[in-house]
Amino acid sequence: MSERLAVRKTYKLYIGGKFPRSESGRSYVVTSSTGDFLANAAHASRKDARDAVSAARKAFGGWSGATAYNRGQILYRIAEMLEGRHAQFVAETVAAEGVSAERAGELVDAAIDRLVWYAGWSDKVSAVAGSSNPVAGPYFNFSTPEPTGVVAVMAPQGLLGLVSVIAPVIVTGNTCVVVADGRTALPAVTLAEVLATSDLPGGVVNILTGQAAELAPWLASHMDVNAIDLTGVPEHLAAACEEAAAENLKRVFRPLPPATDWLATPDTKRLMAFLETKTVWHPVGM
Amino acid sequence: MLVNVSTTTTSPLADAEITDTSLRAFLHGLPGVDQVGAEQRAATLASRSIKTSAKAQAIDLAISMVDLTTLEGADTPGKVRAMCAKAVRPDPADPSVPKVAAVCVYPDLVAQAVRALKGTGVRVASVATAFPSGRSSLDVKVQDTKLAVEAGADEIDMVIDRGAFLSGRYMRVFEEIARIKAACGDAHLKVILETGELVTYDNVRRASWLAMMAGADFIKTSTGKISPAATLPVTMIMLEAVRDFRAATGEMVGVKPAGGIRTTKDAIKHLVLVNEVAGDDWLTPEWYRLGASSLLNDLLMQRQKMTTGRYAGPDHFTLD
Repeated sequence: MSERLAVRKTYKLYIGGKFPRSESGRSYVVTSSTGDFLANAAHASRKDARDAVSAARKAFGGWSGATAYNRGQILYRIAEMLEGRHAQFVAETVAAEGVSAERAGELVDAAIDRLVWYAGWSDKVSAVAGSSNPVAGPYFNFSTPEPTGVVAVMAPQGLLGLVSVIAPVIVTGNTCVVVADGRTALPAVTLAEVLATSDLPGGVVNILTGQAAELAPWLASHMDVNAIDLTGVPEHLAAACEEAAAENLKRVFRPLPPATDWLATPDTKRLMAFLETKTVWHPVGM
Repeated sequence: MLVNVSTTTTSPLADAEITDTSLRAFLHGLPGVDQVGAEQRAATLASRSIKTSAKAQAIDLAISMVDLTTLEGADTPGKVRAMCAKAVRPDPADPSVPKVAAVCVYPDLVAQAVRALKGTGVRVASVATAFPSGRSSLDVKVQDTKLAVEAGADEIDMVIDRGAFLSGRYMRVFEEIARIKAACGDAHLKVILETGELVTYDNVRRASWLAMMAGADFIKTSTGKISPAATLPVTMIMLEAVRDFRAATGEMVGVKPAGGIRTTKDAIKHLVLVNEVAGDDWLTPEWYRLGASSLLNDLLMQRQKMTTGRYAGPDHFTLD
């Protein structure tokens, strides 16, 4: 009997519910924390980013129009699927981040719990962020939160970091383009496989692997991106991105000081960062 | 694929009178289209990369060739006025954007468009002849045409009787085009072949020649109401026909693909096709048009990307 041929995974992008290669044909080597070869990942170009934005825009109508209850269910479903792949994520986390299996297990558990935590928020956000307002006039005046639109997310390192930035963006009805830098490409692509099988409509989350430094300026200046999360952008680039984002008055989320401890229970800052407020003046007694 | 028709057939145009028999003999004597070859050549030409300054020129040329079209049952005078304003000044923020070639509306809205476009140089085109199906009597079609011409249309887009064409009654189609041409007076006549219903490329070539011999100033692929509309191979076959028609008769006929051209990339593919198949004589709004509505916004977005260096968003352009 001859030895089995190794069946290696091809790491591709995740755009519009599909797994294309980079339009540029580029790839880069992902190494472990000790420098060992792990995989070749697709190296996304600015045109992939543009395609991802188009896909996210296309998906926005349907996703933002879905009921909060439905969005919550789908997030919970993502958590379920992640749970099913627990062992794979632990192995990948051990390989990429060089942590112990025990620590990796904690991180994956936390990522799953994070999804469940945000899933619960889906139908509660409007009660917390919305209000009926006392006004000096014959009006019933109320405000409700609405999703901002297409959000570019510069993701931090690791699976837990990824989940912690994606979940709060999509649970309120936004769609997103996520840039996973460096070795985060590996958990990002595996996460994309989870998303693709979780009833999440294609295009709601689009994942680009490559260099944040290359893609961030293009997404920051893109006129069809409504908000940008600069969490994973290196310090020296952030100011330029904020400046570019001003052109179409993008919402900018940049945690200061930079977030590092992803294991801590989150607050609602990320959840509230990508919402717009719609206020309705309804005449009474007319 | 590139058979020069004029050298392989005798043109019937020299005949004093075109009869049913001579017309059929001529149209069926046209060389057949090599389907695989045509699709391959169109695909090869479509793969050409047009970048930087050439792309900038192509975008401006494509904008100036657009026939900005609205052909909906829900069209209102207000919508037509808004579209006319956009035709003259496609990007209100940038006066360097050229105006489009024409607006295309239904006959009852021609007067609105004429009023809105007076003195701007943008022409008014109107569909006529029981558009889009063409299923009515010749008298009604002539009246429909007159209605549009009297309202001030510069160009008439007529549809051929596909039923007659497909059942082989070529003379009937020929005479109909000739009658409409007479009713047009000074207005240009564009003849819509509705290639999506003609089934074969051979039929597209025959219909192109038939329309040109009957007096068309333009041949146009489609109504935009059925799919497939303006595919690249079909446009290429029509461009070959106008090229060969000029070689045979010395008369130049324009081409207008319409329907299905939505992106800048599609438009540029068409321009490459024109240049390579018919020649650059056709690369002007006078001889080549792009029937479209959503295409214009994509062209404007690409143009803005080239001038500002950042990707543009549809929120910043008018809705059609």
